[in-house]
Amino acid sequence: MKTFRADLHVHTCLSPCADILMSPRRIADAAKSLSLDLLGVCDHNAADNAGAVAEAAARFGIRALPGMEVTSREEVHVLALFDEIESALRLQELVQPVLAGENQPEIFGLQVVADAEDEVLGFCPKLLAGAASLSLAEVVEAIHDLGGLAVAAHADREGFGLLGHLGFIPEDLPLDALEISPRLSRAEGRRLFGPKRPLVASSDAHFLGDIGRSSTTFWLEAGTAAEIGLAFRGFGERRILE
Amino acid sequence: MTLKELAGLLTLNVIQPQGNFDVVVTGGYTSDLLSDVMGNAKERNVWITCQTHENIAAVAKLKNLAAIILVNGRKPDEAALKKAREEKVVILGTPESEFAISGVLYNHFKK
Repeated sequence: MKTFRADLHVHTCLSPCADILMSPRRIADAAKSLSLDLLGVCDHNAADNAGAVAEAAARFGIRALPGMEVTSREEVHVLALFDEIESALRLQELVQPVLAGENQPEIFGLQVVADAEDEVLGFCPKLLAGAASLSLAEVVEAIHDLGGLAVAAHADREGFGLLGHLGFIPEDLPLDALEISPRLSRAEGRRLFGPKRPLVASSDAHFLGDIGRSSTTFWLEAGTAAEIGLAFRGFGERRILE
Repeated sequence: MTLKELAGLLTLNVIQPQGNFDVVVTGGYTSDLLSDVMGNAKERNVWITCQTHENIAAVAKLKNLAAIILVNGRKPDEAALKKAREEKVVILGTPESEFAISGVLYNHFKK
């Protein structure tokens, strides 16, 4: 068992609102210089760059978990985290057909698909800034069906957060954890959400300089989504340290 | 104005009828952020929204709102409908927008 410092919510240049410099190699370099052990690659409603970040990060022995930040019908953001890129891409296949509209880069921003060498492969044409016509419960179920973890993104935030949009956390929604945004300390998050659900802190980085500005340290057997899921449930000695 | 009269004034469809149509409506509140509704809606307001998640029923109950008005022809999620039935929260519907419905109500309550 060892400690893993994780920033589980990092965007890439695929997200229209993220900086163009959020390319796979640069993200991996930033993670390396910050001594992060684990990343979660969570672009809005897309996973095309997750594999490239994983490949770039792997050169430094850093694991980048493929994921997604899905926008539900209620316009609540949910993070999906997987161990396999195929699972993230399958989620993308479920989400993107029910995502209305085409991106207009001059309004929303470029949606760059890049490889692990930061070469531009193309542009995603879907309106990734939009919402999927799946309910929050359907999004969580889809993530679980694919073997992933479902985490309410920046649950404390008004914009696109669970608390802001839905007023309170639905009791029977089987979320694996709640993410608190960098503006809250862990203690403040605990006060806000109570003791029931695991809390993670992450950066929601849209710019290179934001990576790691908030992170979660785990005590795990290995740096995988499956191990993080076990830590959420306090399995064995696995746990969230801070 | 009672909820029954208000439903007539705005020609609303009744989506979930269990509840009190004789309640005297105190005004309206328009918002899709449930946290905002919890903070700002007043007792016996009608709540105009496009949000369809089941939490709408709980928030309406908590704030003792007169009814929920779903706009743009939206239908509540199944869980929302069930919860509203249990909690006796009336849900009304309209093909009109939030702007249009709010405008008519505003003019009415301003008098």
